[in-house]
Amino acid sequence: MARVKFTSALNRFFPTLTEFDIEANTVREALQNIDQVHPGILTYLLEDNGQLRKHVNIFLRGELITDREHLNDAIQSRDELIIFQALSGG
Amino acid sequence: MSTKLIVGSSKGLIVFSEQTGRWDCISVQFEGLPVSMVYVDDRTNTWWVALSHRHWGEKLHCSTDEGQSWEEVVTPAYHDHFYRPGKPASLKKIWVIQHAGADRPGGLWLGTEPGGLFYSPDGKEFKLVESLWNHPSRLDPNQWFGAGKDYPFIHSIVLDPRDSRHLYIGVSCAGVFETHDHGKSWDAKNKGLVAAYLPNPTPEVGHDPHRMLLCPANPDVIWQQNHCGIFRTVNGGELWQDISGSTGFPKYGFALAIDEYDPETAWVIPAQSDEKRIPFNLKLTVCRTGDGGRTWKDIQDGLPNANAFDLVLRHAFVKKGELLAFGTNNGNLYTSHDSGSSWKVISKHLPMTNYLAFA
Repeated sequence: MARVKFTSALNRFFPTLTEFDIEANTVREALQNIDQVHPGILTYLLEDNGQLRKHVNIFLRGELITDREHLNDAIQSRDELIIFQALSGG
Repeated sequence: MSTKLIVGSSKGLIVFSEQTGRWDCISVQFEGLPVSMVYVDDRTNTWWVALSHRHWGEKLHCSTDEGQSWEEVVTPAYHDHFYRPGKPASLKKIWVIQHAGADRPGGLWLGTEPGGLFYSPDGKEFKLVESLWNHPSRLDPNQWFGAGKDYPFIHSIVLDPRDSRHLYIGVSCAGVFETHDHGKSWDAKNKGLVAAYLPNPTPEVGHDPHRMLLCPANPDVIWQQNHCGIFRTVNGGELWQDISGSTGFPKYGFALAIDEYDPETAWVIPAQSDEKRIPFNLKLTVCRTGDGGRTWKDIQDGLPNANAFDLVLRHAFVKKGELLAFGTNNGNLYTSHDSGSSWKVISKHLPMTNYLAFA
């Protein structure tokens, strides 16, 4: 069981979104499971070809995930997964 | 019922309402978010808005109660399609929506960057139009390519009111394409256009129309503000004629409005040149023709005649009856109640204006 946390910016589009525990072996599995609870959130996080959006960052165990294309970074029990937006100007 | 002017800006959707010549802001929707497209489906008065989130990608919303409530629609997706061999395609921007005709209720065409045209029979789910995506010219980087953007984009979709199977699209950069069979097959319609930025300035495909509009009263008349001038066809795209001003002004620009009833009348809001995308001599000027582009008249009544840096983007100029309106890249909004003869500023405090629509 891993803990997933979100940037508060996503609450505008998913008002009930809060951190919760999730069962998943990879980041992709985790995101798919999150989408089960909050339908549509995958389209906010991933391009339509399945890659992580350019300006979305996911931290696993405190570091950026390495596989932004296939999201195959392995998740272990009691890991912390944090979904942030990248910083931007304007 | 009052006329509404819907402004899609870089920081939200701003709705103005007109009462006896006075425009008031009545609501702001999607506050702080970049609105990249606005479309009013006049069959049902359904409002469509595309958002271009910096972080979360492109999103599509619609409203059936004039913006009081919004529903997020499933965003068109490229899924497993490839932009070019080995390079997966993904949606970069929704540029334009056009309804599919009175005899196809609910049907919508949708143009995107990186060059895909989508169709939905019901406004719920959009599918890529494979015939255009697989057109041999689209796969050729010498024929379809980005201009100012990384990818080509479909910004204009015009429907023949006589026959809903017949429509044209405008692509920057590729040019104009026509279908007679509801999108099953496509032909390039670029004869007469000029692509001065290519070694061969008259290719079959590789042109840069900035904005294209079809006259409902005479659908064989189509106008376009192109990167290389203003062009008009009177035979449904068989041959385009350069109708830029004889002095070289008007010529360059993005914004175009045409008369719904008179196929001889149109307006443009030119920039000085490709290199200087500012008003000529820093005087914001609307140009009008009433003779099919043989002559153009400069209109400056009500517009700043010095130190104006406004540029009007391709979808930020609209017309409905005698009403015209345009918004600028530096947040000024103007309207005219006399077919463009004089102008009044409605707001000087808006964000960049991307898109306008009357409802």
